Formats: sequence, C-alpha cells, structure tokens
Amino acid sequence: MSTQPASQGEPVEIRAGKGGPIKGRAWCFGDGISTDLLSPGQYAVDSLEVRKQHTLESVDPRFAAEVKPGDVVVAGRDFGCGSSRETAPEGLKALGVACVVADSFARLFLRNAVAIGLPVLPCPGASSAFSPGDGIEVDLATGEVRNVGLGVVLRSEPLPESMRKILSAGGMLAVLASGRLGRLGAEDDGSRAGAS
Amino acid sequence: MGMTLAEKILARASGKDRVAAGEFVVAEVDLAMTHDIFAAQVFDHLVNAGVTQVFDREHTVVVMDHLVPPSTEAAAEQHKRIREHVARFGIDNFYDAGSGICHQLLPERGHVWPGMLVVGTDSHTTTHGALGAAGTGIGTSEMAYVLATGTLWFRVPETIRFDLEGSLGEQVAWKDVILWIAGRFGSDVAQYRSIEFAGPAASQVSVSSRLTISNMAVEIGAKFGMFAPDEVTAEYLAGLESSGVVEGWQQRFAEKRVEADSDASYLALHEVPLEQIGPQVALPSAVERVVPVGDAVGTVIQQAFIGSCTNGRLEDLAAAAAVLEGRQVDPGVRLIVAPASRWVFQEALRQGIIEILADAGASVLPSGCGPCFGGHGGLLAAGERCIGTHNRNFVGRMGSAKAEIFLASPQTVAASAVAGHIADPRELLPRSVRSGAPRRRAREDKSVYTASQPG
Repeated sequence: MSTQPASQGEPVEIRAGKGGPIKGRAWCFGDGISTDLLSPGQYAVDSLEVRKQHTLESVDPRFAAEVKPGDVVVAGRDFGCGSSRETAPEGLKALGVACVVADSFARLFLRNAVAIGLPVLPCPGASSAFSPGDGIEVDLATGEVRNVGLGVVLRSEPLPESMRKILSAGGMLAVLASGRLGRLGAEDDGSRAGAS
Repeated sequence: MGMTLAEKILARASGKDRVAAGEFVVAEVDLAMTHDIFAAQVFDHLVNAGVTQVFDREHTVVVMDHLVPPSTEAAAEQHKRIREHVARFGIDNFYDAGSGICHQLLPERGHVWPGMLVVGTDSHTTTHGALGAAGTGIGTSEMAYVLATGTLWFRVPETIRFDLEGSLGEQVAWKDVILWIAGRFGSDVAQYRSIEFAGPAASQVSVSSRLTISNMAVEIGAKFGMFAPDEVTAEYLAGLESSGVVEGWQQRFAEKRVEADSDASYLALHEVPLEQIGPQVALPSAVERVVPVGDAVGTVIQQAFIGSCTNGRLEDLAAAAAVLEGRQVDPGVRLIVAPASRWVFQEALRQGIIEILADAGASVLPSGCGPCFGGHGGLLAAGERCIGTHNRNFVGRMGSAKAEIFLASPQTVAASAVAGHIADPRELLPRSVRSGAPRRRAREDKSVYTASQPG
C-alpha cells in the first residue's frame, strides 16, 4: 500500500552517510515487499532505464513516475525479501530514492543496497510512524529517524561502521577501485546491529 | 565456548583460530558462481575496473540457466556477451545453455565440498549447505569484488538449529517439512542467521532432499542453511568418485569435514516433529502462508509446475511419476516439468520416468529456471492459479501480478494436476503401490552424474 507524498516541496539535499541527516518525504509500503515487486523478473535483461520504470508497479503503478529525487521509502517487515538481484536497490537508487527505512530488511537486499551505495536503515516501528508524504529525517550515523511534522523521533541501531564506510565510499565497486576492504575489515567496530 | 558450523567455516576462511557471532571478518571465498542473468554485468565490472583475471579459475563457475534456450533476442545477445567474457577470462567451468540449473550442477559435477565458503549471484546459493558448505547469495558488485580479490566481508551470523525428530509419513516429502517450518516460524525467523538442520532424523534425509531444504533456508531469511557432513554426504561423494566425476574424495572429505562443537552457542533450538507434518501448501503470496493441504483442497488450478533448483531432481520427478503413472492430467491444467539438469533428464529417460510424465500429459522443458522466476516457459495470465514445486509465490513472480501461486511437494503438485484442483496426494495413492508392485522407490535413488556422459 502506498500513496504519493502530498506536498511537492523544494528539492532535498542528499547526504548519504557523510554527516548530516537525509531529509525527504515518505512513501509508505507494507510488509514483505519482495524483489519481484521491486524489480520484476520479466525485465531482467532490459536496461536500467526500462527496469526502473517498473519498480513497485504491482503495488503502486504511480511510484516510478511520481517519486522525486530525495524521497524516502518507509516500509514494514522483511523489505526486499527474495532474490539476490542487485537491480532491486538499483532501481530505487536510479529513481532518486535517498534512503530506505524499514521495520526490517531481508539480508540480501540490505547487503546489496550497501554494495551499490543506497542508504538503508533497519528501524523497528518505522512503518507505523509515518503516513505517505510525511517529512522524514534519517541520521545514518546515529540511527535516529524523525517524523518532522509530528515531532516523533525513533531511535534504531545504526548500521555497523564497516557497512557505513562501504556506503560512504559509494559501494563495493568504489571499494574495489581503491582496494580498501582489508582496512575496512580491520577497523571492525564490533557492532552487533542488523548487518548481513 | 565452542563454535557452530558457520563460525568454524568463517574462522578457517578468514585465517583465524576462532570467531564469534557478531564479528566482522574478511574471508577467502572457496567457490564463486554466477549465472546468465548477472554474469555479463559482473564481468563488465571487472573489465571496467581493469581486472584481467579472476582470483581462481578452478573455483569460478559460470552457468547459463535462467534464459535457456534464449527466450528473446536480448537474452541471446546477453548469452553471446557472457561467452565472450568466459573466453576472455579463461573460465573452464562454464556450463552453457541446457546443462542445467546452477544449484543442481554445483553438487552434481563435484564443485561443492563440505566446509567450503561458497558465494553465488543467486539467493538460493544456500542450497549448498546440503553438503555442509556455507553457501550464500551476493549481488553483482560484490561478485565482481570476489572474482577480483577472492575475498569478501562477512558478519559472522548467529545460528539457530532445527532438530528433525521422528520420521516422515507416506506421501509426505521433505519439501513439506521446510514449508511447515516456514509456516510455523515465519519468513524472517532466520534473518541474518545461519541454520543447522540436525537431530536424529537428519541421517534419514537424502542429499537430494537436503538440497531442497537448504535451498529454501533463504525463504526464512537464512544466510546459510546447513547439514553437518555425515555418512549420507560421504556416500554421495563416494558415488561421485565411482562415476569419475571427482578424485580423492576420502582425503578431501577428511580434510574439509566440519562439525559443530558440542558446546557451541545457538540463538534458538527448535524441534521439528515429523510425525505431525502432512503435505503442506504455501498460499499466495508469501512463502510463510503455509497450511495443511486439506485447507487448500479444491482450489481450481490452470497450471502445475514440477522443477526448479528446489525440486527438479531425479527423486522429485520419480515421486511425481509415481503419482501420475497410469493417470491423466486434467484437461484444464497445463503440467510443465523442467528437469534440473540434462543429466537428470537423461537419467529420468533411462528410468522410464519421462515416459510416464509425458503419457500423463506433461510438457517437458529444457533444463533451466524459466517459469520459476517468471522469465519464460510457463507464465500466468491474470486470474490464473499455479501450484508448483518451486520456492517463491510472491505477487508477479510468474507473470501477471493478478495470478496466484501455491507451493507444494512434487507429490502434491502431481496429484493436483490430475485432479484439476489442489489435491491431497495421500488420497491418490500411486497405482503401483495399490497394485502391490512398486515400480520404484523414489526416496532411495542414489544415482549420480557419470563423467563419461555428454554435457
């Protein structure tokens, strides 16, 4: 279930994991949004330009056309369950989604989102704290998620530092180019948060 | 404190004496697999990064299985690009279209060994836990990283254990057991976790059925879904050596074998009482919406599908044939069968299984993934229903978002194809059983691929 954001505000600033919070407007979805919904198998061989237009079309046919750069997807339990297809987070990123906040994520989606540099945050309770179009602020470093209009703040465990470093590097291909994974591993912060 | 299977494998792979759940490690990957949906992109990433060779040619496997034979011109172009990459990077372990599904070929052709850390660009890479390997899915960017460096980061997962107790009833399959687990415990019971399938009945589970169970471990969120290597595993590997597929199995098994320590730490222990489990059906459109078959009996279907990396093996086709022998598929139902590999197809031919399926009215597809992921070869129209042996029934998985998908065992799917609606296989006993002269015993088939065969 989703509805488009009610207000069409100014373009928002995306600062993915590099300091300040991500600020945008919420698109709300329910539980079990699968990779088949995010990136339908029929379009597996098509270009990203084609594939992104089918993102979530079975749930909300207007999503791909109406989502604006900087919008934030808020969802329920087990977001991204199903396939290993990286095209699932890739479609959201290509449409300009700044961050996905969900009650919980499927492991592969979480891993793939980090691997392509799409900010994600598991935040139990997020799905019931937002209505479509609500203003949302997400601080990846602290795990704080704010409903701007209601003034409600949810606190979740931030992603482990190793994963946030891959995110802020821009993903695994950027890490490959810089040859830094060994160092990322060595700087393990020991966090037990919901990592993959 | 001792270590679980996952901890032992990740400790060994990261060069440490011990690791504990929650720790991040950079581990050396033992086996990497990519298939035709993602291989072109993976190799494009490598070329763009200036990488000219893969970390280990012997342990890199490329399989054409999703779009076989090419279902569109674009698929054919993609296959052509993959073949060019395979030649450029000198990948010897390349299985071209028609060889089979990746998760069948890796164990069938002796690529997977107990204790290995296996990654694949496919979520069902958990399948290889059946042989005691830590197998898991990754995306294309991460696979490019693995092929370039031979390493990847992992968070050491907590482990939950399912203890299998008792024995299975007549016409109940191990598929029913993993569906029951999904229904009972939910689709995220093992999210970010490793699973160990253990207990006194684990030794009753064939490698084929272990592959089914470990395959679906990902449907309850698992990162790994493992059976500890045991006598069943040893017998399978010995069979591969007898037929010329592998060499030196005993030494490799002794070297690679892993066991969980008796004082290993588990996040949860769950008992699975097999006697209480009958045939199960997952209702649309979530794998956890599982009910006893009786609650779904009578639901009219238009398609029945037997195949996939979950249930396309010889044992599965034989179980379906035992139900279909001497019967006809309902005229309102399309029964589609896709053997998991060319060898499975050939062996099913030799054993007369294909003849039984075809006589009953089944269409046999080339070995591949087509209908299961909604690619081609059996898509559904709005309002249609399919019952299949595969692993996912999400909205839009097999064509129309307004179609409905039910998941079940080969026995239940076969019985439903005959009835024209979802049916309980226990009420459609195999004719051979009723006549008192069983033609074959599906669960005890121990055939393995033979190296001299083509393909």
